[in-house]
Amino acid sequence: MGGWTRPSTLSQALAALAERPLVPLAGGTDFYPARVGKPIDDDVLDVTGIAELARISRDGEGWRIPARVTWSDLIAADLPPAFDALKAAAREVGGVQIQNAGTLVGNLCNASPAADGVPPLLALDASVELASLRGTRVLPVSAFVLGNRRTARAPDELVVGVRVPDRPSRSAFLKLGARKYLVISIAMVAANIEAAGDTVRAARVAVGACSAAARRLPELEAALAGAKLADMARIATFAHLAPLSPIDDVRGTAEYRREAALVAVKRVLEALA
Amino acid sequence: MKLDFVLNGKPVCADVAPIARLADVLRDEFGLQGTKIGCNAGDCGACTVRLDGKQVCACLVPAGQVAGRAVATVEGLARDGKLGELQRAFAAHGAAQCGICTPGMLMAADDLLARVAKPTTRQIEDALGGVLCRCTGYRKIVEAVASVAADSPALADPAPGRAVGARFLKVDAAARVDGSARYGADGWPEDALHLRAVRSPHHHARFAIGDLAPLRAKYPGIVRVLLAEDIPGQNRFGIYPTGKDQPALAEGYVRHRGEPIAALVGDKATIAAFDDADFPVAWTALDPILGVDAAKAGPKLHPHLADNVLIRGRVAKGDPGPEFAKAAAVAEGEFQTAFVEHAYIEPEAGYARRVGDRIEIVATTQTPYMDRDEIALILGVKPDQVRIVPTAVGGGFGGKLDLSVQPLIATAAWLLNRPVAWAYTRPESMAASTKRHPAKIRARAAADADGKLLAFQFHGDFDTGAYASWGPTVANRVPVHAMGPYAVPHVLCTSAAIHTNGPSAGAFRGFGVPQAAIAQEQLFDELALALGIDPLEFRRRNALRAGMKTATGHEIRASVGLVACLDALEPEWRLWRQAAEAHNKTGARRRRGVGLACMWYGIGNTSMSNPSTMRGALAADGTLTLYSGAVDIGQGSNTIMTQIFADAVGLPAASVRLVAGDTDLTDDAGKTSASRQTFVSGNAARLAGADLRAKLLRLANAGPDAAIRVENGMAIVGERTIDLAALPKDGRGNVLEGVGTFDPPTTPLDADGQGVPYATYAFAAQMAEIDVDPELGTVKVLRMRAAHDVGKAVNPIQVEGQIHGGIAQGLGLALMEEYIPGRTENLHDYLIPTFGDMPAIECILIEDPEPLGPYGAKGIGEPALVPTAPAILNAIHHATGVRMTRVPATPDRVRAAIRAKAGAA
Ligand SMILES: Cc1cc2nc3c(=O)[nH]c(=O)nc-3n(C[C@H](O)[C@H](O)[C@H](O)COP(=O)(O)OP(=O)(O)OC[C@H]3O[C@@H](n4cnc5c(N)ncnc54)[C@H](O)[C@@H]3O)c2cc1C
Ligand code: FES
Ligand code: FES
Repeated sequence: MGGWTRPSTLSQALAALAERPLVPLAGGTDFYPARVGKPIDDDVLDVTGIAELARISRDGEGWRIPARVTWSDLIAADLPPAFDALKAAAREVGGVQIQNAGTLVGNLCNASPAADGVPPLLALDASVELASLRGTRVLPVSAFVLGNRRTARAPDELVVGVRVPDRPSRSAFLKLGARKYLVISIAMVAANIEAAGDTVRAARVAVGACSAAARRLPELEAALAGAKLADMARIATFAHLAPLSPIDDVRGTAEYRREAALVAVKRVLEALA
Repeated sequence: MKLDFVLNGKPVCADVAPIARLADVLRDEFGLQGTKIGCNAGDCGACTVRLDGKQVCACLVPAGQVAGRAVATVEGLARDGKLGELQRAFAAHGAAQCGICTPGMLMAADDLLARVAKPTTRQIEDALGGVLCRCTGYRKIVEAVASVAADSPALADPAPGRAVGARFLKVDAAARVDGSARYGADGWPEDALHLRAVRSPHHHARFAIGDLAPLRAKYPGIVRVLLAEDIPGQNRFGIYPTGKDQPALAEGYVRHRGEPIAALVGDKATIAAFDDADFPVAWTALDPILGVDAAKAGPKLHPHLADNVLIRGRVAKGDPGPEFAKAAAVAEGEFQTAFVEHAYIEPEAGYARRVGDRIEIVATTQTPYMDRDEIALILGVKPDQVRIVPTAVGGGFGGKLDLSVQPLIATAAWLLNRPVAWAYTRPESMAASTKRHPAKIRARAAADADGKLLAFQFHGDFDTGAYASWGPTVANRVPVHAMGPYAVPHVLCTSAAIHTNGPSAGAFRGFGVPQAAIAQEQLFDELALALGIDPLEFRRRNALRAGMKTATGHEIRASVGLVACLDALEPEWRLWRQAAEAHNKTGARRRRGVGLACMWYGIGNTSMSNPSTMRGALAADGTLTLYSGAVDIGQGSNTIMTQIFADAVGLPAASVRLVAGDTDLTDDAGKTSASRQTFVSGNAARLAGADLRAKLLRLANAGPDAAIRVENGMAIVGERTIDLAALPKDGRGNVLEGVGTFDPPTTPLDADGQGVPYATYAFAAQMAEIDVDPELGTVKVLRMRAAHDVGKAVNPIQVEGQIHGGIAQGLGLALMEEYIPGRTENLHDYLIPTFGDMPAIECILIEDPEPLGPYGAKGIGEPALVPTAPAILNAIHHATGVRMTRVPATPDRVRAAIRAKAGAA
């Protein structure tokens, strides 16, 4: 059996990480399922006691969602419409048990291609704050999640939380799965639209489960800028999905994913028209 | 680490590893085994507890996180020894069948009701959506939770002699809602050693086990490593007398992924911490034979079978060939189904201990007597040296008819003379257990211009996987049922069960009939459409009726309620079809469809003796006991037997004490499968009750209608009072005993499948309303109406429960379930329906009494599932015009079919 530490402050946590590599653990909802029938011999750093990481806050730079914030916390939080997509994603994660324990940061760090939190964070233009005794660095989500189960976190770093710039927008999310609850996405789409009147000022659209890490669709976003809100759904085409590289798996074929992703993109844009 | 927290309102302390799962701590340190473990991965929710009031999966909470917090478990729901309101509601509504999911459901509901006093259906589904149930189809759970807010009346106990037909509370309901029911993984002896199997990661391979010394040195806690040569008796088992082809431990060669090659026995901590990579084995992977086509061409998997064909089945009548030439309409097609996993929420588990020269096995099982005989062979002892004590069974559906943990725990306990316990992990359960047979079916059907069926031809190849298991049953049953519950003059139905390197395909609710119905009921829909006849009317024109002969030449004289089922559906059928067509004309994005399917199902084993014996007795103190060997796997046979027995004696059902399913205490009631317990064992219970009653009447010299009461050790029979204590006692303290045995009358089938395969058949028709998102290929089942001829509904709550649960599994078969060895060995990649996937269901119980049945009853367990998938598939066709010939009809497949049709048009 491995070691265990549950510090109550961030500095204690970083000191522990500087000493030796530890596996951070928050809600455990990815940690334990990966160890069914296997010995649990990891040296664990439990982040759920760190006082500074408990609550969502807002300052001059925008919103901070620290590492202890669960899906249920997000659902209950009073947040502007820019977060509607993230909240919708939260409501569809697992069942309520998973939402009560699982964290957004854990979801991000676990870096599953099907992580439902990642497309909304991409569409929010969020960044990830990492801390170590060496200092703090902030990476855009797209630079943090490198691929399937791969992140830019160094072994002595802890993800402190997610930062979201304060930009008024509306957002929507759509998850496609083969059953209602407790389902891993076949594909999911999140979009944030900043509008002036009936015109798109800026659009951010991200698709998950159709590539090793969720991707934004820059060409679509460029095509949407300046368009009428009502035209958004019509503008999206297969060519805009070029950044995606869907695969065949037990949940669906690559061909289906590509087609469904476009339908989902159009529907999300339609919902925001 | 010392851990202080509050458990069910009381401060407690434990010394545990902080990384230990809370579920294990609750079960092992505090003995609170109401918290169940179905997966250890967050997927099933059976372990749901409340942490500071909020529902969480106890299998995902590190013990260290509960320090200073409050944990509430199912054991804390009762107040002052009385069940809480929510628990009573679950019992009264039949919301707990096998009960393994119930603690999790209750805790999730408890959390909801603490926040929302009067929740809506949607709120209930959202709050409980993280708990899976494989038995109930969820509707009765929603009703139960909703009723807590609505103050529903309690069920009254029926009067003596009136239990049959009553909505009688499940006799074991309390234990299933208060967490006290003991399943395979519960109540293990403190000093039990634990066992772990080493299993093949390959579908097909040879292996050589290396030097075990380093393993022993690294793990001093391992007391024994069992290999094939350690099996004391014969290293072969298999449920069929002719099919003893499966080794308890493989002998240098494995035929499927997950086949065990060794067992490690040791203390609990060592076994839990064992790293499979430390087991010394050299594998030589062989080309796997996957799928029946590969098997037909491939090398022999079993030395005694030249062509990998385990068995063939055949029913032939008339001469179908020429009929197709003269038919007004012909429909034909090829259909394909997948491996389907039983996915009971309770993984296989139990313990064994040696008592002198006997072995006792306390485990989850559907078939205690067959287990006994098989274990006797494996240990090389006599059957009466083996005692099987079934635990509560957390779902079976056919999967717990085969041996699972028993051979290895029995061998280990026998050799070590120590109790040995074992619970499968979820991935292990999925890799090692049997599956529904994947079928490849070619069929064609012909009808004349009046819509009368002329001929039906069918061939199904069933992938029976590595070992025989119940494969022979599937091959026998399918050709008998394949033409459906219709009069067809010319029939040729054949089947083959073919070995592959897939998991062994065995018994699963319906034994191959659901697969056949998917083909046949879709083809009959096609015939109706081709002829311009309404699909319901088409089925009615061809329906079997009393006095007709089946394709096996069996004249069925009574209890053929199919037409009544169709008539019961007809008004809504017309309304729903019209509404769907009107909806589709509006150009709405989602397209609606309504489909129908029928089924029939022979009750009991096919053309084989399958007797049941029951015993009932009165003790000197007036206790009335039923000794029932019929295992209740959640479907409720304990309750059915009690009701029937009580009515046959003429005493209140609530007064019956039940001793269930222990091979030392009860007689052989046969296995719980083939929908046979109500019909076969129910008859035995009726006869046992009648025998006991006759003895009482004789003692009192009373007439047949005399009323009987038992009070204070006195039996008051008519006018006379009998002092029971004055009568001679038997070894169990009983003074009067009644015995009943029933074996359904059948005859063997000849080479053309002619004969009387079953004593009676159940009939049903179900209709489904669905909607399809044509752009995404997603299908949602909106509502279903199910009309079932059950002969007599002994307990309507339970019949409805079976229908709901059967529909849930049929829906899964149709839309989402596909087991792929090595890829879907967990409950997040293998999908079963959740709360949100189930439609509203209306059950219509048709009671066309079966003269041979107890009080007219037949069976319902399997019939409930058979028509669901084809009804849904026919509805998809109605909505979109596409025929889903391959199930599950997953979104990508439905979308591909829609695209192909649009491309072809
Ligand atoms: C039944 C079930 C259903 C699920 N459904 C969904 C779903 O619908 N959609 C979805 O996206 N996910 C789903 N998940 C996955 C999981 O719940 C989420 O990814 C969750 O958000 C993970 O958070 P956690 O706090 O539980 O992470 P943990 O399991 O505690 O940790 C996850 C990973 O992140 C690392 N980590 C955690 N915190 C930090 C930190 N502060 N710094 C650095 N590394 C850290 C851990 O080391 C680990 O590798 C499901 C899981 C289960 C069991
Ligand atoms: S055992 Fe915890 S969710 Fe299945
Ligand atoms: S009653 Fe829910 S799983 Fe059996």
